[in-house]
Order: sequence, then C-alpha cells, then structure tokens
Amino acid sequence: MNKFAQSNFQVPLSATVEAFIQESPSIFTLRLQLCDSTARDEYSFMPGQFNMLYLYGIGEVPISIVSDPVDSTLIDHTIRVVGRVTEGLAKLKVGDEVGIRGPFGRGWPLALARDKDLLIVTGGLGCAPVVAAINFALNRRAHYENIHIVQGVKHSDDLIWREQYDRWNQMNGVEVLLAADAAGPAWPFHTGQITELLDQVTLSDDSCLVLICGPEGMMKAAAEKLIDDGISPFSIYVSLERNMQCAVGHCGHCQMGPDFLCKDGPVFVYPDVRHRLMQEGI
Amino acid sequence: MEQQIPSFLLRNDLSVLLDLLVADGYQLHGPQVRDGAITYASISSLSDLPVGYQDQQKPGHYQLAEDHNKRFFHWANGPQALKPLLYPAREVLWQAKRNASGSIQFIVPVQSFEKIAVIGVKACDIAALKLQDQHFLQGEYVDPGYQARREGLLLVAVNCSYAASTCFCVSTGDGPSVESGFDIALTELDEGFLVAAGSEKGERFLTRLPLQNATAQQLDAATQQHETVAAMQTRRLEPIAVGQLNDAREHPQWQDIAERCLACGNCTMVCPTCFCHHQNDELVMKGDESQHIREWDSCFGESHGQLAGFQVRDTIKARYQQWMIHKLDSWQEQYGRSGCTGCGRCMSWCPAEIDFVAEANIIGGADE
Repeated sequence: MNKFAQSNFQVPLSATVEAFIQESPSIFTLRLQLCDSTARDEYSFMPGQFNMLYLYGIGEVPISIVSDPVDSTLIDHTIRVVGRVTEGLAKLKVGDEVGIRGPFGRGWPLALARDKDLLIVTGGLGCAPVVAAINFALNRRAHYENIHIVQGVKHSDDLIWREQYDRWNQMNGVEVLLAADAAGPAWPFHTGQITELLDQVTLSDDSCLVLICGPEGMMKAAAEKLIDDGISPFSIYVSLERNMQCAVGHCGHCQMGPDFLCKDGPVFVYPDVRHRLMQEGI
Repeated sequence: MEQQIPSFLLRNDLSVLLDLLVADGYQLHGPQVRDGAITYASISSLSDLPVGYQDQQKPGHYQLAEDHNKRFFHWANGPQALKPLLYPAREVLWQAKRNASGSIQFIVPVQSFEKIAVIGVKACDIAALKLQDQHFLQGEYVDPGYQARREGLLLVAVNCSYAASTCFCVSTGDGPSVESGFDIALTELDEGFLVAAGSEKGERFLTRLPLQNATAQQLDAATQQHETVAAMQTRRLEPIAVGQLNDAREHPQWQDIAERCLACGNCTMVCPTCFCHHQNDELVMKGDESQHIREWDSCFGESHGQLAGFQVRDTIKARYQQWMIHKLDSWQEQYGRSGCTGCGRCMSWCPAEIDFVAEANIIGGADE
C-alpha cells in the first residue's frame, strides 16, 4: 500500500449530497454521506468540530458540522455563500459528489454542562458551530438544567430557522431570546445589541456553561458582560475563526498568537484567548 | 550517542566518504556555486564543491568572492539549505479525478523517496531542521511526505570556519559548531578534516574511512578555529522573553519598519524554519482531473490572513509583526524555543536591507 494512503488526513474521501436544503437566499445546508461504507462506519465527530469540504476543481473550505453525532453517517453542513468554493457548493444537487476531510479541531465541552444551565450566545448569520451545540443539547434535554439560547442578528431579515426558534422556545426549560441590531416592521423581539439581551436571561445560578460564537467583538462584549455579572471566565467557551487550509496545524494560516486554531481550537476556554480577541493584526 | 575524540581524514580522502555513501545507495547533495551563490544541489564529486569561495553578506547584499584558499567549506551559507529537500516549495498532495457520471476519485501520486546524503550542512541549518521536525513530525499529525524524506536523510555537517557579517548563531545558541542532530561532523583544517560520528549510521561509514589519529596540534587548531569564528560574529540577537515582542505591538519602530518593508516575502522564503504553505487546486486542461497543490506561502502575502469578508492583517506593519513576533516570541510557546537559528538569510536576501536583528533588539528594548 502506498505510504501516503495510510494517513488520510491530507486526502479527502468522496461523499454524496443526500439532501440540499435552502435555508435563506444565501444560506443552505448540505447533507452528505461518505461513499465508502467502511469510512462511513468509522466516521465520528463532536459538536463544534469541522470538516474540510472539497469542491471538484476549485478547492477546500472549513465548514462546521451541524447535525447530531448520534447519526454520523449523514453529516449536515450549513453554509453561507461567501466565496468561490461556497458559491460552487451552493449549486450542488442531490446525488452530486464532493470531498470530505475530517473531522478536525476541538469541539464544545458539553459534558461540562451536565446538570447545569447551558447558555448559548450567538451573533451573526445563523452561526453554525453553536447550532450543532443547540441541537446536541436539545436532543439530550434531560442532561441539563435550563437551556438559554440568545441569538443576535444584524438585521431582522437575516434570521433563519425562525420556526425552529419558536419550537425551541416552547420546549420545557428552554428560553430563546432574539435581538436584531436593526429591525424591519413586525419584529416581535428585541431591537439592539445582544449584550442588552443578556440582562433578560434567567439563569438558575452562576454555575452555568456558556458557549459563544460570532464576530470577535460580539464574543468579547458578551463574555466580559457575563464575567461582570459574576460568571466564571473558565465557564465561558468561544469558537474562533481564521483562514484554515490544512486543518492539522501545519499550514500556518490559522495562527492566532501561539495557537493554531484548527487543531488547538476552534473552541477555546475564554481566559486562554481573552487578551487576543480584537487585538489588531493577531 | 556519545561524542568521541575525532579522527583525522586527509583532504582528498573526503572523496572516499562520498564513494561509500554512493555505494550505500545515497544520492549526494552538497554546496556548489550556482547563479552567484552557494546552493545545495546534487553533486557527484569533490570537484563540484565551492573550493576557495567565500560569501560577503550584509543586509540586502550577498556576493561570492574567490579568496584562493584550498578549503571546500570556508563560507557561511547561501539562500537555502535543507528546507527544500524535505519540504518542497511546491508539490502535488493529491489528484481528484471525476468520471462521466460525476463521481470523484482521490489519488495520491506515487512517489519514490530517494536516500539523500547532504554534505556540508551548517549548525544553523541543523538547528532549523530540528524545528521543522518538531512542526511536521512531532505534533498530533505527522506529515507523510516530510517523514518519508526525513527517514532517508543522512547529514554530514561541517563546523563553520567563517562567519558572514549577517551571522549571529552564537547569540541564538545554535552554532558555529554542531553539537547534535548530524550523522557525521567535519571540522575543516587546511590539510584535511577532523571527523566525528553523531549517530550509529554515521559511525558505520567512519569505520570504513582511511582515518588517522588526530594530533594535539590538529585538535588545538580546531578549538582555535571555533573560537575565532565565534568571535567574528559581532551581530547579536538579544534574548527575548515570551510575550515581550507581542506586548510591544505599540512600539513606534514597527511603523518605521513598515515604511521600508516591501512585503515581498523573501525573508520567509529563505528562512529555514518558516513552514507556512497554501493549498490550491489546478484543473488539468481536459477538465477531468484536478491537482491539489501545496506550495510555500508567506505571512507577507495578502491572502495569508484572508477570511470570507475579513482580513486579519491588512497592513505591512501587521504582517511584519506577524513575521517577527511569531518567529522570535510566540514560536517559544509553540515549540519551546525561538524559531530563529541565527543564519542571517532574512537580512541578506531582503531587498530593502532590513536588519532583522537590529530591529528586534530595538523593539525588544535592548538598544535603548
């Protein structure tokens, strides 16, 4: 056997598009299944991890896995069209093939939230890494005390999965708080900064686990506000983003100070990255 | 392996070592004069080596001169040493083939990895190799291509007898003589070499060489040479503590450098420890095959910090900070020591004559 083939982290596996779900004009979900049955059986992941998706002839992009690890044979990726590869992925149809390398990175430490409140704070357009955590937690509702989901968007029109938020909000012990920096007519939720919403969260006590994902400025503002309110910085986790190409800490693009985000993250405990967030050029 | 008292090999008997290496299946790589610089490439005999050449270097300047000495290795360095041998500047990682029905097959090109013996490796470059080993071999993921090439590598090191004005390996603790990480080490004297083994592999070759016992005078001459070349190094990188440069991001010198730096990336290309690379796809003309290419990249390039809709480092100042702070500061947190081994290439090959060491000393506070 070729020496290279034994270490397949560099080489994608082919996967078929099993479903294509248009979430909004620029956001879609690809449900993928590995073609090789052995690889399919061996594949497993945790919420917060990502795959490198390969579009034939164009290249690879890092994409968070949003589906539940209980079924790792169907792997969902929610993707926003932002560049060459994602534009191409948006044109795929059921039955088309792509490549998958993964999963990579450290995911959310959801085990730490056992029997505690879980507070999930997200900003930006349907932040995929936390969607994985939300789905995971709601499917294991009994493992946690109350679950609080705080979502901010730039404009009310950007909110996807509106029905899902409504459904979650009706679940026992689940609180959903939504905010838009700018809102169109008939927006029933908060208009303003996400940090303002954090005052409305009704935590059982301070011993909760907080997961935050979104723009760096929003993550920093939210984390600092929660710390001011008495939550331990060591209970706060953030998911960071940088250019990722190799996904194994070799190519150097995802460095943030001494960390290689692709393998040391993308999820970090807040004190490890607190001083670096929003630092210019780092 | 313990260091033994070196033996002596007559000057022209170095060819015996080359022959033994070839007989053992090694391809020979060594220094030679090419395009006006000392370059490591395939060699076949001693006559390929740069006898009598010496390099004059300073920031923005590299020039070879013939100084009529009889030595093979009486020079400091050239633009590259070991990095391209183990970590090629460009390689195909895999190919994707798409058939008529649209299914994709991923193929890793079959490569044969030759055994390569490199003659005349300097201490700074062996130190750099150790850092590349840490990066590509000793982490969570082992790079298979690097590993295969590394396993076939045999290193014949040479203790430096000359330092260019850009050399500062004494201050980084990496030279001018090699201490470990080689298979055979040579100390070149006028009439021949003191020879020592650094590995069992190296020892096996030494036992087959026409060696003599080294004389006290030869050992003294070697010690003297080491001290002379160490004293030649007037350039000195002052120690930098973890976080020291990162905490000095507001220092006005960064902007001063940014006004001179062209962001060409030469420093990162010649640096023996820089590891950044990008991965791109190149569609083959017929359209049924795409090559996934890995190619050296530089933190000075625009695409290095580019994210969808977000540029992490959009100024030359921020990119120069990334280069220097990573190399001298955050590298220590990543790999337990600085990423600089004192070779000085980033200065010689800088078209803007930026003096990396002087700038680091200013920002680190040593020159104030």
